[in-house]
Amino acid sequence: MDRKLTGNLFKIPYYLWIILFVVGPILLVLYYSFFDIEGHFSLTNYQKFFTPVYLKMTFSSFWYAFLITAITLLISYPVAYLLTKTKHKQLWLLLIIVPSWINLLLKAYAFLGIFGTYGAANSFLKIIGIGQKQILFTDFSFVFVSVYIFIPFMILPIFNALDELNPALIDAANDLGASKWTTFRRVIFPLTIDGVKSGCQVTFIPALSLFMLTRLIAGNRVITLGTAIEQHFLVTQDWGMGSTIAVFLIIAMFLIMVMTNTRKRGV
Amino acid sequence: MERRISPFSKLFLAIIFFVLYAPIFFLVFYSFNSGETMYNFEGFTLDWYRELFGDTRLLIIVLNTVVVALLSALFSTIIGIIGALAIYMAKRKQTKHTLLAMNNVLIVSPDVIIGASFLILFTTAGIKLGFYSVLLSHIAFCIPIVVLMVLPKLMEMSPSLIDAARDLGANHWDVMTKVIIPYISPGILAGFFMALTYSFDDFAVTFFVTGNGFSTLSVEIYSLARRGISLSINALSALLFLFTMILVVIYYFIVQNNKVNGAGVRKR
Amino acid sequence: MKNLVRFFLVIAVSSALILIAISSLNSSQGYSGGNTLTVYNWGDYIDPALIKKFEKETGIKVIYETFDSNEAMMTKIQQGGTTYDVAVPSEYTIDKMRHENLLIPLDYTKLPNLKNIDKRFMDLPFDPDNQYSVPYFWGTVGIVYNPSKLNGKKITSWNDLWAPDLKNEILLIDGAREVMGMGLNSLGYSLNDTNKEHLLEAKNKLDTLTPNVKAIVGDEIKMLMANEEASIGLVWSGDASEIMSENEHLDYVVPKEGSNLWFDNMVIPKTAKNIDGAQKFINFMLDPKVAAQNTEYVGYSTPNKAALKFLPKDVVNDKRFYPSPELTKKLEVYENLGKKNLAYYNELFLQFKMHRK
Repeated sequence: MDRKLTGNLFKIPYYLWIILFVVGPILLVLYYSFFDIEGHFSLTNYQKFFTPVYLKMTFSSFWYAFLITAITLLISYPVAYLLTKTKHKQLWLLLIIVPSWINLLLKAYAFLGIFGTYGAANSFLKIIGIGQKQILFTDFSFVFVSVYIFIPFMILPIFNALDELNPALIDAANDLGASKWTTFRRVIFPLTIDGVKSGCQVTFIPALSLFMLTRLIAGNRVITLGTAIEQHFLVTQDWGMGSTIAVFLIIAMFLIMVMTNTRKRGV
Repeated sequence: MERRISPFSKLFLAIIFFVLYAPIFFLVFYSFNSGETMYNFEGFTLDWYRELFGDTRLLIIVLNTVVVALLSALFSTIIGIIGALAIYMAKRKQTKHTLLAMNNVLIVSPDVIIGASFLILFTTAGIKLGFYSVLLSHIAFCIPIVVLMVLPKLMEMSPSLIDAARDLGANHWDVMTKVIIPYISPGILAGFFMALTYSFDDFAVTFFVTGNGFSTLSVEIYSLARRGISLSINALSALLFLFTMILVVIYYFIVQNNKVNGAGVRKR
Repeated sequence: MKNLVRFFLVIAVSSALILIAISSLNSSQGYSGGNTLTVYNWGDYIDPALIKKFEKETGIKVIYETFDSNEAMMTKIQQGGTTYDVAVPSEYTIDKMRHENLLIPLDYTKLPNLKNIDKRFMDLPFDPDNQYSVPYFWGTVGIVYNPSKLNGKKITSWNDLWAPDLKNEILLIDGAREVMGMGLNSLGYSLNDTNKEHLLEAKNKLDTLTPNVKAIVGDEIKMLMANEEASIGLVWSGDASEIMSENEHLDYVVPKEGSNLWFDNMVIPKTAKNIDGAQKFINFMLDPKVAAQNTEYVGYSTPNKAALKFLPKDVVNDKRFYPSPELTKKLEVYENLGKKNLAYYNELFLQFKMHRK
C-alpha cells in the first residue's frame, strides 16, 4: 500500500496540470458560454448558434477543413513514403519540418507578396503565357496556403508509421505474387493507417479553426469557426458567444478523436 | 523494399521542397533589398540587419523569447516524462484512454481557445500578466507534446527489460534511472526540442497572456507587421531561419551520437 | 541518464545566465528603475525623438508599449496586473472606459498647455468637459483611390463604389462600424442609427457591393493599397496619408454624404502608478512645437490649433485632411450604442462577410 502511494505521488505535477490547464479552461469556457453579451445568464448564445449564419459557417468550416485534410493527405503520403527510402531519411524529415518553425505570420506575409497582382506567381504565369490572374483572396490561395502549413504535421506521423513497417512483410507480399498496388492496398496502407489517422487529426481540427489566414490570405471571403471565435474574443468582446462556438469546437474535437482513435496495435 | 527512387519521384520531392522553402527564401531574399517593399528589388544592402543589431529593445525581446523557450521546454519535459509514465503505468484501459484524451486536448485545441481560456484562468487566479504568465502557459501547452514524444518509446520498450532488472535486485529508483530513462532518452530529447520550437513559435497564446512590457519575438513580429511591412522584419526572419537551421544541425548530431552511444537496442 | 541530467543542467544554467543578462540590460536601459512612465499607444504613433526629449527634460524614463486594437488594450487594462500610466484609446472606447471606471480624472492645473487645443474638439459627447481625456490626433473615414487606374474617374460619393465597372477593385477595412457606416451613409442614414430596419437595409445594400469587393482586410490594407493590389480602399484618413506618402498616384476623399470623425485621446488609466509623470507627459505632448513635430512624423491631423503655425502651409491647407467647415458639419462621431446594438452591428457585418458573390 505504502509503496503504491509513493509510486503515485510523483504523478502529482502531471495531474495538477490536467486539472489546472485542461479541465479548468474547458469548464471556464463552458461557464462563459451561458452568458449573453450583457452578462445575463441565458441560453441565447446556443439559440444563436443554430441560426442560418452560424450553421452555414459551421458547414463551410467543415467543408474547407475536409478539403484541406484530403489534399494534404494526398500530397503527404507519397512524400512520406519516398522519404523513408532516402539515405539520410531523418535529416530529410527534419528539413521538411523546419519550414513549420518559421513564424506563420511571416510566411503569410511572404505569400501576400508571392500571390499579389504584381507578385512572383503572376510574373511566372505571364511568362508561361497564361497571363495575370487573381490568386490572392481566392479559395485557391486559402486552400493552398493551408495545405502548405499542414503538410509537415501530416508527414511526420505517416513517416513514423512507414518507418516502423517491417520490410519482411512487403517482401512476403511480393514473393506471394502481389502486384505493387495490391501490396500497397492490402499491406502497407492498412499497417500505416494509425499514422494516417493521427495525421488527419492534427490537420483537420486546426483547419476547422484557422483564423489568421482567413483574413490575410482569403481576405475574409472565408469565415471559419476559428475566425468567429477570434472576432468574438478580441474584437466584439462577446466572450459568451465566442465560448459557445468554442464549446461546439471542443465537442467536434472529441468526436473526431474518438472516431480516429489511434490504438497501438502490435505489429 | 527497393531502395531506388525513380527520377519522377525525385522530381516530386524536389517540387515539394521547393514549395515548402519558397516563402522563406522569398523573405530572406528581400531582406537584402535596398528598396522599401517586397515587390521591387532595387539593390543590395545590409542596412536592415544594421537596424536590427542597433536595437537594444529587440535584443531584450530575443533573449526573453529564448529564456522562455528554454525554461518552458525544461519544465515541460520533466512534467511530460512524468505524464508519459503515468499513462504507461495506468492499469485500466479506461484510465489510459481518458488520460490520453485529456493529454491531447491542448494539442488539438485552437490557439485562440487556449489563449482566451488561459487569460480567464490567470485573471481568476490573480496572476500578474507578464513573464510568469507567459512561462506558465508555455509550459502548459508544451507538456502534451513531450508526452506524445516520450510515450511511443515507453510503449515499444519490452516489459521483460524491467522484469529482468527487478529480478536482478534493482529497486524502483534504479529501474527508473538505469533502465527506463536511458531507454526513452531519444524520445525525451525529441520532446525537449519539439517543446522548444513550439514555445519559440507560439504567437496566439502569448498574445493573450502577456503584459507589463514583456514581449516575445512572435508578438513583436505581429505588431511590427501591423505597422506596415518593414524589411527589417525580413532581416529578423532570415536570422531566425539561420538560427533554426543551426538548431536542426545540432539536434541531428545529438540524435546521431545517441544512436551510436545508445545501447544499440534499436536497429536501423 | 548522466548525460541527460548534464544536458538539463546546462539548459538551466544558461537560462539563469540569460535572465541575469536581461535584467542587467533592462536596468542599463533604465527600465527597472523607480522613475519610469509606461506609455501604452498604437504602434508607430509617436516620434521617438520626442520620447528622448521628454526623458531629457524630466528625467523620467519612458517605457513605450504598443497595442493594435482598442479592444485588446481595454482587456489588458480591465485585467489589472498591468501598470500603464498613459494610454491613447479612440473615442468610443473612452466612453466605455469612463463608464466602467477605468480612468482617472485629469488635473487641469497641471495641464496649462490644454489651451492650445482647438475648441471644436473639446467637450464632445464621449467625454463631457474633457474630464478624462485630451485629444491626441483626429481624422475621418474615407476612400483612398487610384485615379490613374480608374481612367481619371473621380470618386466623390459613397454610391460611386457601386459602379458595375469596379468589379473586384475595392478593399475594405475589417471594421463593423466602418463598413456598416458606409452602407448607412450611402442611404442617407446616420452612422449611429439603431433602427433595425435601417440597419438591415444598409446590410442588404452592402450585399450588392460584394462583386466589387476584393477583400476585407486589416492593417495590411496600407501595404496592399500602396502596392496597387486594388484601386479603391475604405480606410481611416491616417492610413490614407501613410499610403499616399508611399505611393503618390493615390488620392483621398471624404465622400460628400458625410462620414465618421474619430479621435484618439490621451487618458490616464486607473492602473497608473506614476500619475504625476503621466500629467507631465500629456502636458508635454500638448506643447505646440512638440505637437507640430509629432504631426509631421505621424502624418495624422492634429487637434492642436497652436501647432498649426509650425506646420508647412501645404499640410495645414490640405482640405482632404483638414476638411472645410461645411464638410465637417456632416461628419459624425461614433456614439457608444450599447452592447446590444453593437452586437447587432457585428452580426450584420458577419452576415455581409459571409455573403458570397
